[in-house]
Amino acid sequence: MERMTGDEKHGPAATSTLDVLWVLYDRVLRVTPDGVRDPGRDRFLLSKGHGPMAYYAVLAAKGFVPVEWLPGFGAYDSPLGHHPDRVLVPGVEIASGSLGHGLPIAVGTALGLRAQGLGGPAVWTLIGDAELDEGSNHEAIAFAGPAALDRLHTVVVDNSSASHARPGGIAARFEAAGWSAATVDGRDHEALYEAFTAPHPGRPRVVVARVEPKNARPAPLFCSLSLEGHTRHGHHA
Amino acid sequence: MDTMRDRFAPVVSRLLDEDPRVAVVLAEIGRDRFVEAERRHPDRVINVGIREQLLIGTGAGLALTGLRPVMHTFASFLVERPFEQVKLDLGHQDVGGVLVSAAASFDWPSGGFTHMAPGDVALLDTLDGWTVHVPGHPDEAETLLRHAVGAGDDRVYVRLSVQSNREALAVDGERFLTVREGRGGVVVAVGPMFDAVLAATEGLDVTVLYATTVRPFDARALRRAAGAADAADVVIVEPYLTGTSTAAANDALADLPHRVLGLGVGRRELRRYGQIEEHVAAHGLDPASLRERISGFLGGLARG
Repeated sequence: MERMTGDEKHGPAATSTLDVLWVLYDRVLRVTPDGVRDPGRDRFLLSKGHGPMAYYAVLAAKGFVPVEWLPGFGAYDSPLGHHPDRVLVPGVEIASGSLGHGLPIAVGTALGLRAQGLGGPAVWTLIGDAELDEGSNHEAIAFAGPAALDRLHTVVVDNSSASHARPGGIAARFEAAGWSAATVDGRDHEALYEAFTAPHPGRPRVVVARVEPKNARPAPLFCSLSLEGHTRHGHHA
Repeated sequence: MDTMRDRFAPVVSRLLDEDPRVAVVLAEIGRDRFVEAERRHPDRVINVGIREQLLIGTGAGLALTGLRPVMHTFASFLVERPFEQVKLDLGHQDVGGVLVSAAASFDWPSGGFTHMAPGDVALLDTLDGWTVHVPGHPDEAETLLRHAVGAGDDRVYVRLSVQSNREALAVDGERFLTVREGRGGVVVAVGPMFDAVLAATEGLDVTVLYATTVRPFDARALRRAAGAADAADVVIVEPYLTGTSTAAANDALADLPHRVLGLGVGRRELRRYGQIEEHVAAHGLDPASLRERISGFLGGLARG
């Protein structure tokens, strides 16, 4: 991640998602660099497009994009912008940046897979706690529960960045709409993995991943993820 | 006579039967017309409730999985309310879909300004790659709906209205039709404005072009017609915001000294209810007003 400079204002946004992204791509998502067009792949839609350095780092570590692309981050001729673009980056499922678009598109993606009899692939989207301010999310949350979209998964990375905290907590908002919900430590890989893989028949699933508040010092774990180290790891289904 | 919207559900229901890629997304409005189709295709007729951002986002998600989404509600809630979804979820994601609107500029005047969308085509003009069909008759709507759904992964807008011409013309989803030829100027009638334009130009020595596919704009047809007239004077009569196609006409005539007059729905909010005919007249789109404005602009040449 140190190779990507120029978007330091979104540094906290980037580091808040790192562990979630790593656990998803390392252990949960069934998608490979060779299978980015496979209809049966799992879809991961990064809705919170701000601070995508962690996302790019994980995509590079897993071989979706060349590590050599990283230093160009944000440059005119780089495919890696401060908000990701699906047209430019292999493995990126949606272009994001404007908040509140990923979850509604994920709803449509889950419906589209269901309509084509593709019951296998899971659809994941990652949003931020402040991103939940956008009303479009609530249109999607309120629809997905009653529609029983059980292949739909949302991770809310909660770094307490919303100015007006959600009354009753984030998970309660989803539970009220019929979602299966869990709230875990967003730096604890085992806890994340368990929450991501718990069964939730007939219901969409939300995992609220709590991390240190936006303005606090990043956890030391962020510094321990080196790209070279992780490219040696195998891909787990 | 039935309306364009009366044709919408039957046509798209048949397309749902014929093509497994087609899916319909609704936001309550129009749902009762799709009850039978929903029974036959429960996974491809989707009602998201009164949620227009989700209407477009869902369509985009369907398109990302390879389906051909048809999204429908009133124009104001389809194009204006979720405009950023139209811009980003469809355009920026580089996926296609068909937006089919109803209610047009003032199909329900007693509903007031909240249900009027004279600016829909102008708004779409700020985006790249949209095809815009403005049928003038239910038969044309049927043809253009089939055209829109069958247009690969294009982004297509179909603007349905209860305003309609008496007879359908043989529209092809692409070109303007030459209906009348003259030397005193060119009048382009868009969709439902055709009958009024024909009446308004009765006895005038002008060429009348009929446009139902307005984007891409048939620049070649306009250039040819304007080049054949004694002066390249063009009037465009549109059923939506005045001047929406004036820039496209100017571009088409860039190599020719020319004049363009745009006539359409005024920008000023009338704050009136009432009937469609009253709004047509208030915006100067009735035959008598059109005749006065068209002949005033074209001057002696048009009187032959």
